[in-house]
Amino acid sequence: MAVVPVARPPLTLAERTYLPQIAAGLRTTWRHLVRPKQTLEYPEQRPALPPGYRGVPTLVRDPHGREKCVSCQLCEFVCPPKAIRITPGEIAADASTAHVEKAPKEFEIDMLRCIYCGMCQEVCPEEAIWLQNQFSMTGTSREEMVNRKDRLYELGGTLPDQHLKWDRKAAAEQAGNDRH
Amino acid sequence: MVDLYLSLPPLVQGLLKGLAVIMVIFPIGGACSLAERKVSAWIQGRPGPNRAVVPWVAWIPVLGPFLQRLGLFHVMADGGKMLFKEDALPGHVRKFYFVLAPLVAMMPALTTVTTVPVGAYLDAAGRAVPLVLANVDIGILAVFAVSSLGVYALILAGWASNSKFPFLGGIRASAQLIAYELSLTLSVVPVFLWINAPGTPGTLSLARAVEFQSGAWQGFTAASWGGVWFLFLMPVSALVFLIALFAETNRHPFDMAEGESDLVGGFHTEYGAFKWGLFFVAEYAHMLIGSAVFTLLFLGGWNPLPWVPLATLVDWLTVLTPLAAHPIAVGLLSIGIFLGKVLALVFFFMWVRWTVPRFRYDQVMELGWKKLLPLSIANLLFYLGAIAALTP
Repeated sequence: MAVVPVARPPLTLAERTYLPQIAAGLRTTWRHLVRPKQTLEYPEQRPALPPGYRGVPTLVRDPHGREKCVSCQLCEFVCPPKAIRITPGEIAADASTAHVEKAPKEFEIDMLRCIYCGMCQEVCPEEAIWLQNQFSMTGTSREEMVNRKDRLYELGGTLPDQHLKWDRKAAAEQAGNDRH
Repeated sequence: MVDLYLSLPPLVQGLLKGLAVIMVIFPIGGACSLAERKVSAWIQGRPGPNRAVVPWVAWIPVLGPFLQRLGLFHVMADGGKMLFKEDALPGHVRKFYFVLAPLVAMMPALTTVTTVPVGAYLDAAGRAVPLVLANVDIGILAVFAVSSLGVYALILAGWASNSKFPFLGGIRASAQLIAYELSLTLSVVPVFLWINAPGTPGTLSLARAVEFQSGAWQGFTAASWGGVWFLFLMPVSALVFLIALFAETNRHPFDMAEGESDLVGGFHTEYGAFKWGLFFVAEYAHMLIGSAVFTLLFLGGWNPLPWVPLATLVDWLTVLTPLAAHPIAVGLLSIGIFLGKVLALVFFFMWVRWTVPRFRYDQVMELGWKKLLPLSIANLLFYLGAIAALTP
């Protein structure tokens, strides 16, 4: 192994007075002083969120306004802090989406328990639950911090995807292809 | 107005002067605390305090938001908070001395202000008359003598708090202040040796030091020496004085007495609310007075530039408007120039705070005793020789 002798010159007189170093330091801090400020003034300025940001979990509708959740309860079972509670329900037989069969009667996400891990979104076979961009949840009581179904759809809005899985299933069934 | 004031009994006059000092030092102390927060924020890349506002000021179109952005109302918010929060008195302290300490901190700070001239006006003969509350001939001695009493407040606070960290803070403060006081005093001796040339009436007055720096440019002759500020004439003195000033005012990088990383809050750990506020204001008052003395001794006081004394500036301004020669206008102008320099120095204090990391305690002692003291003695000997050689 090659040994590289590194020169260790003794400190010069200027270095030992410490004054040039202080002057250089003052120059650095002055540059920071006149530089544009780094911080955001929060309530007025919001940070630009990166794509894939995991904010508050929400429920979404498809472009036709159908609620996508079929209350399979996978998210409820996968949720590590057990923040999700689903009460499954049936879709009325005379509804236009009756072939979907099930929809949640009640869907609650306790935001005091939620850890924003995104496993619910990952596990959802219907792409019905999404962690969106809202990052600040406030409330004055425990009740208020539980997002119920109507609030979840209000937060979630519509997902503009074009899978329209259940519409195609219905069309295939009508065309005589029962295996879809 | 002046006659009415002079006809008052001396005690009332003294009281009025004292009130004037309090009315000036407290707001400036508050403004300094705001400036400290703002400068700290800017250096750290933040906008700093900018939210508090009084509603009817916010309604003024441009000025209101500007003042809000400047954080001016945080001074009031801070002051109000310190006045109205609970003033807890810990059970284990020595109550009398505990309460006494902040007062002892304030007294020297407010007393020294009276002996520091803040400006000058020109009398009928064109001579500059200093504006000062107590124009004592011992000037600098009075400042040093009284301001060094400030260390008693730190020791008293540290001891009366009756707990470990304040005690250590008080001990450190006393050792440090004694160490640096020597170099502080020795570094200004050359200035006064220079002023008190043989054959002239001896004086230690600060106003006289400024007068000495008020010469105009008279070609390359010996008479032009009068216009040079002592900063350029005696750079080593100025440097030693400045470093010792940082140590004496307990500012970074010498804030041993309250180094929060090793002493929690140092000598004022047990203090809160207004008593803590008094320590705070006293620290800023010391900083202001130190800066003022530095300005008077080394930065030409109220003279705008080297070789441009106040009188010359007034002459130039009189060409524009004859009003500029009025004593009040000259007085305000000189106070403005002087305050500008002092505040620039205060800014320098804050700038250094975020530049130089705190020294270790042994480094502080080594710098004080082994470096600055010999340096100031050598500096004194050098100027002794120089003045002896220059004197015919």
